[in-house]
Amino acid sequence: MAKPQIVKFKFPESLEEMPLGPSAAAGILTEPNAGWRVQSPVIEHPKCTKCLLCWVLCPEGVIGKENEQLEIDMNYCKGCGLCAHECPKDAITMVQEGEADDQ
Amino acid sequence: MINKSKSSNLDFLNGDEAVAYGAKLCRPHVIPVYPITPQTIVVERISEFVANKLMDCEYIHVESEHSAMCAAMGASLVGARAFTATSSQGLAYMHEMLHYVSGSRFPIVMMNANRTLAAPWNIFGDQRDSLAQRDTGWIQVYVENGQEALDMIIQAYAIAEDDRVYTPVMVNIDGFVNTHTYELVDIPQQNDVDEFLPPFKSKNAIDFNHPRSFCMTASTEWNMEFRYQQQQAMDNAKKVIEEVDKKFGDKFGRYYGGLVEEYRCADAEVILVGMGSIIGTSRIVVDKMRDMGLKVGLVKLRFYRPFPVEYFKGLSNRVKAMGIIDRDISFGYEGAVASDIKSALASSGFCSKVINFIAGIAGRDITKEYIEEMYNKLFGLTQGHDEKELQFIGLRW
Amino acid sequence: MVKVKNLTDKEYLYGHKACPGCGLGTIGRLALKILGERTIVALPASCMSTVTTQYPQMNYSVPSLTMAFAGTGAVLTGMSAGLKAQGVTDVHVLGLAGDGGTADIGLQALSGAVERGDDFIYICYDNEAYMNTGVQRSSLTPIGANTTNSPSGTASYGEKKPKKNLFEIMIAHRIPYAATASSAYPYDFMNKMEKTKSLRGPKFIHIMCPCPTGWGFASDLTVEIGKLAVETGMWYLAEYENGKVKMNVIPKTLKPVEEYLIKQRRFRHLNEDTIKLIREHRDSEWRIIRERWVLSNC
Repeated sequence: MAKPQIVKFKFPESLEEMPLGPSAAAGILTEPNAGWRVQSPVIEHPKCTKCLLCWVLCPEGVIGKENEQLEIDMNYCKGCGLCAHECPKDAITMVQEGEADDQ
Repeated sequence: MINKSKSSNLDFLNGDEAVAYGAKLCRPHVIPVYPITPQTIVVERISEFVANKLMDCEYIHVESEHSAMCAAMGASLVGARAFTATSSQGLAYMHEMLHYVSGSRFPIVMMNANRTLAAPWNIFGDQRDSLAQRDTGWIQVYVENGQEALDMIIQAYAIAEDDRVYTPVMVNIDGFVNTHTYELVDIPQQNDVDEFLPPFKSKNAIDFNHPRSFCMTASTEWNMEFRYQQQQAMDNAKKVIEEVDKKFGDKFGRYYGGLVEEYRCADAEVILVGMGSIIGTSRIVVDKMRDMGLKVGLVKLRFYRPFPVEYFKGLSNRVKAMGIIDRDISFGYEGAVASDIKSALASSGFCSKVINFIAGIAGRDITKEYIEEMYNKLFGLTQGHDEKELQFIGLRW
Repeated sequence: MVKVKNLTDKEYLYGHKACPGCGLGTIGRLALKILGERTIVALPASCMSTVTTQYPQMNYSVPSLTMAFAGTGAVLTGMSAGLKAQGVTDVHVLGLAGDGGTADIGLQALSGAVERGDDFIYICYDNEAYMNTGVQRSSLTPIGANTTNSPSGTASYGEKKPKKNLFEIMIAHRIPYAATASSAYPYDFMNKMEKTKSLRGPKFIHIMCPCPTGWGFASDLTVEIGKLAVETGMWYLAEYENGKVKMNVIPKTLKPVEEYLIKQRRFRHLNEDTIKLIREHRDSEWRIIRERWVLSNC
């Protein structure tokens, strides 16, 4: 997978299980980070030309370009709306959180 | 110290040069260092070693002591053995980094030339610079002469890099009195040191196959456990220090006794405790007074952290009075060493038989006469004389 | 030139807790896409470290070190020297520091490292104040900006002094490579990052990073604001290489500064007089830029 995935983190249960000093495995995600999202981006794929400007600009890197259509990892999208604002084809719309699932 | 050197290679060196040779023998990869009196000769000699290919390392002309310790930390992160040296104001300037390095468990070794802190400004020796760094989480050792300085640089790496410790070590040597005094010093053979101190294979370094985020933010929920680990490492270090001393002695013929060294203490009635160069002078006074039939003894406190609390607890049963020489003072109370020893003695009720002598501040001489005077005051105490708990020795008025 | 389709899908900075819309994430992830996984990141105290390394959630997939505020340059020196001493030559060391961490408390260490010629890449992401601690001014805060410790009031128009010129400070060191950039111009930034990869010695990029929270604009406007900064001449894109400065974008005419200022809460208190002050400062800066770096290159 290109993006790190959420893992079930095993916290140390004794001093012996603590790492040597304050370091931890890199690229470890233990929880989603989308709680502050108010609006969600919805891509109208027919309009999308895959110029990938949104993919480049997204501060979270949540847009995926591996497949035919762009995908958004909603576990880490904060709903900032930058992608929608910058899309040269207006192919992304921000909708109220919750409504995206209904469409 | 028992000297039965096996492969003697004596040279006439001052303390700073001895430190430089000690560092050279440990083959550090990286030496970021900033000059400050009276440490400068270390900086100069190492740069000469490097300039003449006698030493293969990255010698970095950092622009401050804070940066020296930052660079040492960066080097240790990538698995390099790092060495640096400083003194006084420089040590104070890198204070923040001392915490960073010990907290992130990088086994860096540093020499500190003990020098007083401004103000009033002065370049000569006392130990307030390093004693003020007590709580930074560094192991602190104080040496008596150039030979011990050289030997302790080597031992410091063995202690710091031990799996049970992974804590940085500060080797303290008295400014000018030791750093600039020439003595005959035995320089160990490189192959012997290589056998004693194998190449550094850090357990706390980056590995691209298993990338880690180092020195990360640990919240309130987790922070305290990491501090407890540091305390455990310090406790472990007590044993490791003894082991390394034994191993070093077996290899090089010089044993230093670990956390403390006793000199003629077995049947002593009164003892003095001190650190660093003052021990050499005190040995002479002890011998002289012993010749006069006076039962005096001397304790050389070598390691200030970890502190030999068990040793001092046991000492109260053996002697009638104790003097603690502090080459520093924690203004508003007493000398830092005295506070620690007295807290170890607290349960014994022995503290009334302890005098804290503040002496040798900012390079003021601690003469043999002064030391004899201290012993006499301790005898006075055993005979019921009133003695102040805290006394300045050698004060002008 | 960097082509988007050639960029790795791998995200080396992911799941961080920066404010929505913050350009910091764009800068970090694009920089690491260019440099690749054999990169070590040094993170002094700043937004960039605070939002990425909260145990146990570690947002960098590459090795990183969170370290002291003042020491980024020196830590990079140490990493670089340590790698060299052990014969490792294929690793990039990258510093990601803020404006205060670079131009204020970290300037000495940075200057030392650049002067020594140590091999590292240093990115100063500039959100023009101490954002992590709650929007206090730094020496890179622009004149007229309202911050929590340079507030506007009856006797103050906010920050009194114009931005320190960090780019020129780096040029004064005769650094092998220095550039300015903006998170609103990602390709320009990536091309500059690409250059840093092949050069030995110190490389420095000063990148503007508009801050929705601290500057006071909606989270979807980060790029728009970043572009306006360049179009109004409040920021510029340039690079210094082989002793010469090249302007990457030269607006034929600069848009009125008001277009940039009016969109941000931090400038909303300004009146005509203070806007004039800002315009005059911009114009004098651009006179210098055109004389030194535009006309002389023609």
